[in-house]
Amino acid sequence: MLENDLKFLEETFKQYYFDHFDLIHVPDRSKEREYGYKKFNSGMIRHMSLKTDKDLHLMLMTNVPSDVFCSNGYYSFPNLPMAEKDWIEADLIFDLDAKDLNLSCSKDHTCMKCVSCAEISLVQDACPKCKSNKLDLVSLPCQNCISGVKKEVLNLVKILTSDLQIDDKNIRISFSGNEGFHVYVTNSSYNQLGSNERRDLIDYIKFQSAMPERFGFPKNNPSRTSFPDLGDSGWSGRVAKELFGSKSKRSKTITKIISDGQVAYQQKLEEMKNSIGVKIDSNVTSDIHRIFRLEGSLNSKSSLVKLVCQDIEKFNPYIEACLIEDKPVEILANFPIKFSLKNTKFGPYMNEKTSVPKYAAAYMVCKGIASISDT
Amino acid sequence: MISLGQDEIAKYPFLAEAGQYLKDKGFTLEQFATDPDLKIIVDKAYERIESAAEDKTYYPELDDPSEKETTLPLNVFSFLIAIVLLKLSGLNTLINKFSLAEARRAEKFLQRDLVSNSDKTSEEFAIKIFRDIFSVTIKKTGDYFVIPIPDYLKHAVNFHEREWKLVNRHVENGMVFLSPRESVRLIRWKLSGYIGSKIKSANTPSMSDGFEDKVKRLSALAKKFVVNTVVTGAYPPCIEHAIEVLNKGENLSHSGRFMLATFLLGRGQTIDEIAPLFKNAPDWNEKVTRYQIKQLSGETGGSKTKYVCPSCEKIKSNNLCYITPDCDNIINPMQFGKKRL
Repeated sequence: MLENDLKFLEETFKQYYFDHFDLIHVPDRSKEREYGYKKFNSGMIRHMSLKTDKDLHLMLMTNVPSDVFCSNGYYSFPNLPMAEKDWIEADLIFDLDAKDLNLSCSKDHTCMKCVSCAEISLVQDACPKCKSNKLDLVSLPCQNCISGVKKEVLNLVKILTSDLQIDDKNIRISFSGNEGFHVYVTNSSYNQLGSNERRDLIDYIKFQSAMPERFGFPKNNPSRTSFPDLGDSGWSGRVAKELFGSKSKRSKTITKIISDGQVAYQQKLEEMKNSIGVKIDSNVTSDIHRIFRLEGSLNSKSSLVKLVCQDIEKFNPYIEACLIEDKPVEILANFPIKFSLKNTKFGPYMNEKTSVPKYAAAYMVCKGIASISDT
Repeated sequence: MISLGQDEIAKYPFLAEAGQYLKDKGFTLEQFATDPDLKIIVDKAYERIESAAEDKTYYPELDDPSEKETTLPLNVFSFLIAIVLLKLSGLNTLINKFSLAEARRAEKFLQRDLVSNSDKTSEEFAIKIFRDIFSVTIKKTGDYFVIPIPDYLKHAVNFHEREWKLVNRHVENGMVFLSPRESVRLIRWKLSGYIGSKIKSANTPSMSDGFEDKVKRLSALAKKFVVNTVVTGAYPPCIEHAIEVLNKGENLSHSGRFMLATFLLGRGQTIDEIAPLFKNAPDWNEKVTRYQIKQLSGETGGSKTKYVCPSCEKIKSNNLCYITPDCDNIINPMQFGKKRL
């Protein structure tokens, strides 16, 4: 990152932290958690312990981190090396991201940045300037992406509360600060589960590895009555809804399924993970030692805040999680796509110097598609 | 500790405190080694281990009335003496086989007790074993038993068959529905682990002449189980695919890189051999790559943890599995191409 940009982001982040102590708190059982942070242009520092809000605020002011993390795990000795921490339990956590939904809108708001020459262009096979094929994709997610992820979050919450019988008082949803949402389940009987057990739970939630036998189609002599019903609980009911649509189509569809054979049915179930499985990030949920972005902190991939959502359906991250001031800042921008923050549209920019509110400048610099102007 | 009646101790002898039981019945270990009248028990004990070694379940008819009336519960004593012989032999292979066979034997009784509608005491006792020994709360609901999902998962992860995956189970309101057979099957590994740990933690008695011959025969028996394997040089399809992705200069996910590096380290390759594979990756940086492989190998890093190749299941959930018939039901890529001699 260029020196000007680095200085700008550090100042901006520091100002945000100073102005928003009211939003940044240590979570419950803070003494048992591990904390970590990253600074701009440097690696991760972890295995830290912070006991109170005051400790946290002091850390923010002293180090001006680009990203702050807190463990989902609880330990007897959170600041010791991993093997000596003495793991007690871990909250169940989920990460749902727009990039995992393969939405058709993504081509409209994704551009690429060449790793070799930093040229930014529309997505193509090689860099138009230096022909290198080492390219990074940059996405500026839109409202459609956010609506897509919200739908996934609501499906997840439905499975958590009905199939898994988790009390909704123990479920907390946060905007991740970039392209999706984080879901926490605290104080549940699932906290004690290890990584392998969580992996099985992940396959359940994603609807992976379903067997035709379980969903009514044994190898020999399939019976029409054993197929799932629309009124069934759990996956049976959801599969029935996906397969038949309505009760009146059940019989006809079953006839077809049986005549197509078990292998075709297996294939159908396999494909259903894309339509009815919830698209959670397996690596996050299976990790019982993860340090997960702290609520109230800024995400250096976007400069938006990771924010708890009281009402996810109404939540608009591009207004509510954009908390940096709007003082004008001169930037040099060159990218072929557009985005919207605080109801204002920005971009595309053709290698131009322009003045934008600080929150938009921070967003573009974090995304790597603009620089702070020298003059 | 669960309090045991005569019937229960015969079905589940591993719940008894061995030393105390012998004492209560007025016997010493020495008597079993020397008294010719008790030799039949030592013979039975040996047979019990032998059948376990052959993967058979020792399953005497407990309903035989003569057994019930005798003052000498053959089943319990033969179990206790089998443990003495195993301890004297010190052979872990046999202890593990014996524990598994005994778990299977107990499983049959547990299953019968769970469905014995006429005998409430047996049913309650079986449920108590689930709760007290395995911390699993099971409840009867019609023809099924229901188990809280977290309890189910803790045990089900020991199985590799897809039918045990939660997605292939009837789940309702936080509970998993299981048949009596499945409920008991669920705890088999824990049951055999429980029996094994009881045997391993028991004191080893001193050798008596009367046991020596049997212990020697056990050593001969155990030799059969030494398995020699050979590994062919072939890579499993998941690894082949990962290498192909890198060769094409496409991006391989973090978990894919982890899988590839841990696999090759596990096959004995050096960092110098592995690092160049990543040179076509879009974010290639030799220093970083070498550092990361070194971390995985356990050569550096605070905890010096040596990371191992993830299981097929984990690879599958990361969408990195490209299974072919050659995989032959392996559960970890490291087993690919391993053949018994």
